[in-house]
Amino acid sequence: MDEQRSGSKISRGAFVFGVTLAVWLLFTWPFAPIEWPMIIAGALVAILSGVLLGEMTTRHPGRGLNPVRYFWGACYIFVLAWWVAMANLDVAFRVLHPDVPINPGIVKVKTDLKSESAKTALANSITLTPGTMTVDLSDDGHLYVHWINVSSTDVEEATHQVVGRFEPILRRIFE
Amino acid sequence: MSELAGKAIIIVGTLFNLFGCIGLIRLPDVYNRLQGATKCVTLGTCSILLGVLISSGVSPTGMKALAAIIFIAITAPTAAHALSRGAYRAGVPLWEGSVVDKYEEEGQ
Amino acid sequence: MIYFALSLLTLSGFLCLYRIGSGPTPADRMVGIDILGILVVGFCALFAVFTGRGFYLNIALAWGLLSFIGTTALAKHLEGKKFDE
Repeated sequence: MDEQRSGSKISRGAFVFGVTLAVWLLFTWPFAPIEWPMIIAGALVAILSGVLLGEMTTRHPGRGLNPVRYFWGACYIFVLAWWVAMANLDVAFRVLHPDVPINPGIVKVKTDLKSESAKTALANSITLTPGTMTVDLSDDGHLYVHWINVSSTDVEEATHQVVGRFEPILRRIFE
Repeated sequence: MSELAGKAIIIVGTLFNLFGCIGLIRLPDVYNRLQGATKCVTLGTCSILLGVLISSGVSPTGMKALAAIIFIAITAPTAAHALSRGAYRAGVPLWEGSVVDKYEEEGQ
Repeated sequence: MIYFALSLLTLSGFLCLYRIGSGPTPADRMVGIDILGILVVGFCALFAVFTGRGFYLNIALAWGLLSFIGTTALAKHLEGKKFDE
């Protein structure tokens, strides 16, 4: 996988530094009197984590600087919120119905996403959307999905129904 | 106004938490339980935290609630994924009414 | 209002405890522990509103972190692997 990496070690470390410092500033929010010791302590720990953990994080840190990706990320939050609300009404219906109408099974779906962050986001989104939960991820781009109400066992049809909601927008964000 | 909206969202969130836990009792096997409970409890807890964020506005409490929302929304599905794969590898069978198991057929 | 929300959450917690106590397989019990961990985060947020003290949210964040790490460790154990794999 080494040839896929586009960022150098320093830029990956800088990416971790930025994310860590942002989270720290979110935690210590009120700057009404600016507390320099807090901010400096956070920056020191962020530098340390950038040096230590830069190896383990994203392979393409340069993509974090593109504002178009953040725009699609904001759109994605709304798409995801809609499907999460649908998923919860679906589960509430199935649970409160006297017969518990379920028809479960594990199906296989295919994804074209390449980067690992995109696959992670896709798997988490599938877990939060109506009736589906990711069980495992194979190396060649297939996901095994537990589906509470199986309507098709065919790979193509299941892919269209389960993955089709998120794949286009995730490709714009992560690839 | 924001006080009232926050309280309404908190009540909706607790209701979904309750539905998720009823699902934990009523659904038949590990995978279905994990699925229903994770979805409902994630949305329910995020709604409670969103209610706290709305009713307290831009303040230390609100910002911590925002951080907790992001955190729960990322970690809860990941934990469900890890648990379901662990349960499958440990040999927990699917419910007898299940229609298909591609995971076993493909030999993992 | 806040008492209604707290009692609903307490009821949910008892349902989780029932599943932890009676789960037919170890995996069922672990699911119950995972869900209970997320419920406690909601409890802490409600206490923050109830008492008007923000520090309960710090507890919520730390509890969420530890619960996640504990669940992944339990899942690894269930899978029969060492924790560093």
